[in-house]
Amino acid sequence: MKIALNEARCSGCRTCQVICSLHNFNENNPKKAAVKIVGHFPTPGHYEIKICDQCGLCAAVCPAEAIKETDGVYRIDKEKCTGCGECIEACPSEAMVQHPAEKAPIKCVACGQCVELCQRGAIYDADTREVQ
Amino acid sequence: MYGYGGNILRINLTTGEMNIQPLSQDMAREWIGQRGFIAKILWDELKPGIDPLGPANKLVMSTGPLAGTLVPAGGKVSFGAKSPATGIYGESCMGGHIAAEMKYAGYDVIILEGASSKPCYIYIKDDQVEIRDASHLWGKGAIQTEKALKDELGEEFQICTIGPAGEKLVKYACISHDFGRQAGRTGMGTVMGSKKVKAIAICGHNSIPLADLEATVVKGKEMLKGCFAKENLDEWQNYGTAGVPVWANNIGAFPTKNFQSSYLEGNENLDGKIMREKMVVNDKGCFGCPSPCGKYCYVKPYNVYTEGPEYETTALIGGNCVFTDIEQIGYLNYLCDELGLDTISAGNVIGFAMECFEKGILTREQVGMELKFGDLESFKYLVEKIAAREGIGNILAEGVKYAAEQFGGDSIKFAIQVKGLEWSGYESRSAPSNMLAYMTCDLGAHHNRAWSVTHDIAVGRKVLEGKARKVIELQHIRPFFDLIGCCRLQWVEIGFELEHYPEVLRYVTGFDYSQDDLMKISEKVWNLTRAFAWREIEDFGRKYDYPPARFYEETVTTGPNAGDVLSKEELDFLLDDYYKLRGWDLNGLPTREKLEQMGLGFVVRQLESYGRKIS
Ligand code: SF4
Ligand code: SF4
Ligand code: SF4
Repeated sequence: MKIALNEARCSGCRTCQVICSLHNFNENNPKKAAVKIVGHFPTPGHYEIKICDQCGLCAAVCPAEAIKETDGVYRIDKEKCTGCGECIEACPSEAMVQHPAEKAPIKCVACGQCVELCQRGAIYDADTREVQ
Repeated sequence: MYGYGGNILRINLTTGEMNIQPLSQDMAREWIGQRGFIAKILWDELKPGIDPLGPANKLVMSTGPLAGTLVPAGGKVSFGAKSPATGIYGESCMGGHIAAEMKYAGYDVIILEGASSKPCYIYIKDDQVEIRDASHLWGKGAIQTEKALKDELGEEFQICTIGPAGEKLVKYACISHDFGRQAGRTGMGTVMGSKKVKAIAICGHNSIPLADLEATVVKGKEMLKGCFAKENLDEWQNYGTAGVPVWANNIGAFPTKNFQSSYLEGNENLDGKIMREKMVVNDKGCFGCPSPCGKYCYVKPYNVYTEGPEYETTALIGGNCVFTDIEQIGYLNYLCDELGLDTISAGNVIGFAMECFEKGILTREQVGMELKFGDLESFKYLVEKIAAREGIGNILAEGVKYAAEQFGGDSIKFAIQVKGLEWSGYESRSAPSNMLAYMTCDLGAHHNRAWSVTHDIAVGRKVLEGKARKVIELQHIRPFFDLIGCCRLQWVEIGFELEHYPEVLRYVTGFDYSQDDLMKISEKVWNLTRAFAWREIEDFGRKYDYPPARFYEETVTTGPNAGDVLSKEELDFLLDDYYKLRGWDLNGLPTREKLEQMGLGFVVRQLESYGRKIS
């Protein structure tokens, strides 16, 4: 799964966020999704998608060594995470999410659930699909 | 409570008091949500005869159990109050993201009571609720206000606002949200303005509890994918309702020249394909929508951004005021949106004024300029006068019915409204079922409850028999979506099946409704809002259900249905049939038997206590 974006296609529906929270937290709560949808309205009128591209910079800065890579995916070990927020600052994609009820930041684990439900192809899997 | 935000938030703007009460199981099960909650609360809490723009009126904002979940298009919220436009039950529905946000903040219902003495906005972050000063926003456009508050509070807030028209209490002011979604009808923005509330800003961080999370995920995915697989999905998401004007014209249903005709010369220029090529910059959807119909536009010649024009706007500003340039319509749409005016009523009012001028009922002296159909300056001039309530605008701001009463002549015959609410965008002299649908809509002449032009075409446009039955069926199904917090357009436009909803409601809420139960609840709400009108108006009944005389005395002037008219006898046939099938008396009033059968015994007792004679 190589998550890629085609932001011009995003309709802002946030289905990606709902399924992300359901799948990864067992909660219906888009504020816990690892993908952000940011509208730019009234001008110029489009949506921006902020999501992790597994670059690993977060792991490099984490003082608690709580972020580890397996198969190209970086995961946060919630036990080890101290909630210091260094990784949030370091993320060049501004993709880390904070939620008041969670100590650890929320980060994409490339599960592909959002890809499955993005009808618009705005989030897609570059391994299996050409840009729409 | 499963499927719900779980609470009712009540804010008294006069005293500044607030309280949060849990939503009861019984309320949820018996009224489902959104329009069900609104109707019940307004019935219980409003005293008949109150001034709709006084502090005794309440603005109730509510969404339903499927909003904010994985169920397709759960992004709808409704606003209700006693309508300043009609004096009866008022309500308007809106998409966007604020319905979901309300529930994440923990609320199914927000009730605004009383009135603030100075401009304010409501700030809601989970259980932190504040009435904040809005003097810096007062006077600003509806869209500008949303932008200013987003900048101030943060992108994660969902915000609804009113424009200057709402502040000035124009009777058809709308509530605006998500940079182009509106609760347009029955003056809900007017009620908000009367309370001096410029905006409601909401941000929530909580989960919606689900009765069966796993089953909801499986079913939600199945429903979404079912929508994705629909054959006409692409047509719908490419053009949205902008695909409709040409079709409506070809079948002779496009309101033209203040409904003189149902056919507009030059309508081919309003085609969705032309609009897409010239103006669309983004396909924009509401929360959870698998089929985004919002066409976000940049209108180059006028350098403005606007969402739409939607079909209804193109019909009422375009056809009704005779504009055939989609960019001009886009620009006028932008003006209405910023000013915070319902484009349906505004297009009706301005088309009406143009006709009055043409007929000499209005003069240059009265208006301040010469009005002409199809003249951009005329529209601009009037819309600004209306929003500011200046000069002629002060009369037009009251709606076509009141304006006709002031202007005199025979103008009441072509004031296109029912119960004081301006007619939605389908000329219906050649569509008896649709005519009946708009005549009997509980809100006035609005398409939200039933729309049946395609039924007329399918079974015969002159046929009257059987039409009432179809209208009633649709009046239960269509507004059913306004009970659950979902968009109806997946069902209407891409053919998504109704059968899914009882099942998914069970997974989300744990309540086990059959399809039939759901339709019964929809019917119960229908009877309640009809009773609301009767409680307000002593002589309410059949005479309030007629369309303007234009539709039964004048024939359609041009196009495929030129010469068509529905006689008063034909309208009476439709009404008789309709009332009978509804279990109402011949005057169109709910009977004791019907109300009791619907579980509305409390309505019978109240109506009687106000001296209404129930048969
Ligand atoms: S599901 Fe796709 S279209 Fe919808 S908000 Fe997410 S990225 Fe955008
Ligand atoms: S890939 Fe999975 S974890 Fe990442 S944003 Fe999408 S749903 Fe969330
Ligand atoms: S079909 Fe249109 S109105 Fe309905 S939810 Fe989707 S974008 Fe909103």
